Amino acid sequence: MKIRIANGRVIDPANKTDRIADVFIADGKIAALGSSPDGFCADRTIDAEGLVVAPGLIDLSARLREPGFEYRATLESEMDAAMAGGVTSLAIPPDTDPALDEPGLVEMLCYRAKKLNRAHVYPVAALTLGLKGERLSEMAELVEAGCVAFSQANVPIVDNTVLMRAMQYAATFDFRVWLQPIAPFLSRGGYAHDGEVATRLGLPGIPVAAETVALFTYLQLARVTGARLHITRLSSAEGLQLIDQARAEGMDVTCDVSINHLHLSDMDIGYFNANCHLVPPLRSQRDREALCRGLTEGRINALCSDHTPVDDDGKLTPFSESEAGATGLELLLPLTLKWAERAGLPLIDALARVTSDAAAIIGITKAGHLSPGARADVCIFDPQAQVCINRDSLRSQGKNTPFLGVELPGKVCFTLVEGQLMFGG
Amino acid sequence: MLNPQLNKHGELQHLLTLDGLPRDIINAILDTAAPFTEVAEREVKKLPLLRGKSIFNLFFENSTRTRTTFEIAAKRLSADVVNLNVSTSSTAKGESLLDTVDNLCAMQADMFVVRHAASGAPFLIAQHLRANGRNDIHVVNAGDGRHAHPTQGLLDMYTIRHYKQDFTGLTVAIVGDVLHSRVARSQICALTTLGVPEVRVIGPKTLLPTDIEKMGVRVFHDMREGLRGVDVVMMLRLQNERMNGALLPTPQEFYKVWGLTAEKLALAKPDAIVMHPGPMNRGVEIDSAVADGAQAVILPQVTFGIAVRMAVMSMLAGQ
Repeated sequence: MKIRIANGRVIDPANKTDRIADVFIADGKIAALGSSPDGFCADRTIDAEGLVVAPGLIDLSARLREPGFEYRATLESEMDAAMAGGVTSLAIPPDTDPALDEPGLVEMLCYRAKKLNRAHVYPVAALTLGLKGERLSEMAELVEAGCVAFSQANVPIVDNTVLMRAMQYAATFDFRVWLQPIAPFLSRGGYAHDGEVATRLGLPGIPVAAETVALFTYLQLARVTGARLHITRLSSAEGLQLIDQARAEGMDVTCDVSINHLHLSDMDIGYFNANCHLVPPLRSQRDREALCRGLTEGRINALCSDHTPVDDDGKLTPFSESEAGATGLELLLPLTLKWAERAGLPLIDALARVTSDAAAIIGITKAGHLSPGARADVCIFDPQAQVCINRDSLRSQGKNTPFLGVELPGKVCFTLVEGQLMFGG
Repeated sequence: MLNPQLNKHGELQHLLTLDGLPRDIINAILDTAAPFTEVAEREVKKLPLLRGKSIFNLFFENSTRTRTTFEIAAKRLSADVVNLNVSTSSTAKGESLLDTVDNLCAMQADMFVVRHAASGAPFLIAQHLRANGRNDIHVVNAGDGRHAHPTQGLLDMYTIRHYKQDFTGLTVAIVGDVLHSRVARSQICALTTLGVPEVRVIGPKTLLPTDIEKMGVRVFHDMREGLRGVDVVMMLRLQNERMNGALLPTPQEFYKVWGLTAEKLALAKPDAIVMHPGPMNRGVEIDSAVADGAQAVILPQVTFGIAVRMAVMSMLAGQ
């Protein structure tokens, strides 16, 4: 199947391309940009006039809820959501049930995903068995099975000796370690940012120190072990400052932020809106501004959806009893565009955070860009069109998001995965 | 976002919190309560205002005092009262909060008086009723987590008004475990709304919530300094499970530093009143000599509490 995407505005951050051009696809790969390769005869032409043609988005955290939580969402439903959101590569955190700590489980997940033939799946394996923070997982075998990194999702390791050993072992193979900065005791029993809003609402708080204390530990252990550290879901200005300092001292560390923390603050909890119950908690306005600035300036490397579908029963409870998380795959592009618009950032720089920059963190080389020979994962969207986020419009089985009822820019028109049209048309 | 406790005409639909409740509504409740205090002195202590109405006391957390005063208030208004201790029934069987509510709605409830250990639970119920078009059913928050205990806050305001008449010249101190106290939060909201120029909170840093000064209070850690010249001392209850551990070393030390004794009370104005929401821990937050002394108005608080709850219920659901 040969496809020509005609007349679109091609934005390819990795190649610093932003121009009107045709994209030619053959055999599931990008064949050429601009002028047609010799003898190219398109089986299908997609008219992209007025639309943006970008690499398919790469999401650093999407929970597909399999195995273990199929009542909340399934691979099918969430893959559909990914396609509708223009997301063609997903990193999957290990907090499934059972946790992704065994090569067999990972192989099964990859096999199931491949059979569905939609987004590419990049499992992030558990750093310790069952995420329990006691015994190391079989890292070498897990990587052989297809894992791209190791993490504890949002279940922190209590014993720092185990954490240090796990980082050492991972560093032996130069494997990536992704850690979410949560100090176990400081965050225990808390549900919202420890500040004015939590005080007023009487919600037990999680102090910023829960993030900074963990970050101090992680950064220090990365220094002594030489582990390749990526910090996930930054939530506070102080946390970002610690990362800045570590870099200034010559440390190589990357970090990401979720769409929710980029756009919302604890004020959005309003009257106990359980859709704003997230991990880490939404922090203050000041923190949000710092995260926005950090992402704009590239000090935060990537933006992710932190897609966590929760069923209605999990949210129709008092705030502190509700399940944390929000759906996000279909919001990643609109909220990237909204942020770019607000920050006055050129589209090419904004899209980098959800394509090439995210690809670098996972270690994907053949996607995240539109160079000839790259996997033809493409997202074609209308940046002008406004979409209203509501329960009916979301394909994800999780209908919970703080953005319900909000109108956002950016409508995905077509999604291609390896040169096949998987959405639109 | 619609104010969840007011209807579209700006009238009280539910009583969920005193935070953001307009001053005229608070005053109207206090004014309505005044004549109800006399009902208790009659031989027949009943009014027909809620005759034929069904009020469900929905207590997801144990309480004797608050539940009893709500029950008495409802019965004095001639309502039918059903007490449900849900902590020992449905939820133990796995029923969700909103399923319980739906079942009681099907039994033609007119009002829910709700106590729940989780902050915001009564809001969830109110939102659920609104979403289902049940604007004929009212919710009264009888205490949710650390968030609010609006009828306690109102009865405290009634008590202060009874003894001090005017709020606008007062200095009020709230002492003790503010962190875990829904009572303190409701008191602060009401006092600031009613125009009290200085509201103080006094306690150790471990028992004062982050950014509490943003609620419009002055923070004191030194009790003597904090009590100096105040008109009203509002003591808070210290829960047993918080006395020994990471928040406080021992109840003895707490008593020594923040317990209200006659000697410390002498720093307040000579006509200062002493309040406590009950139940008291004598010898922990308050000395018996003060609790039983001439300045204490702790028992009148209980009596006024019934009148205030009658006022709230009759304003919400009265004919």
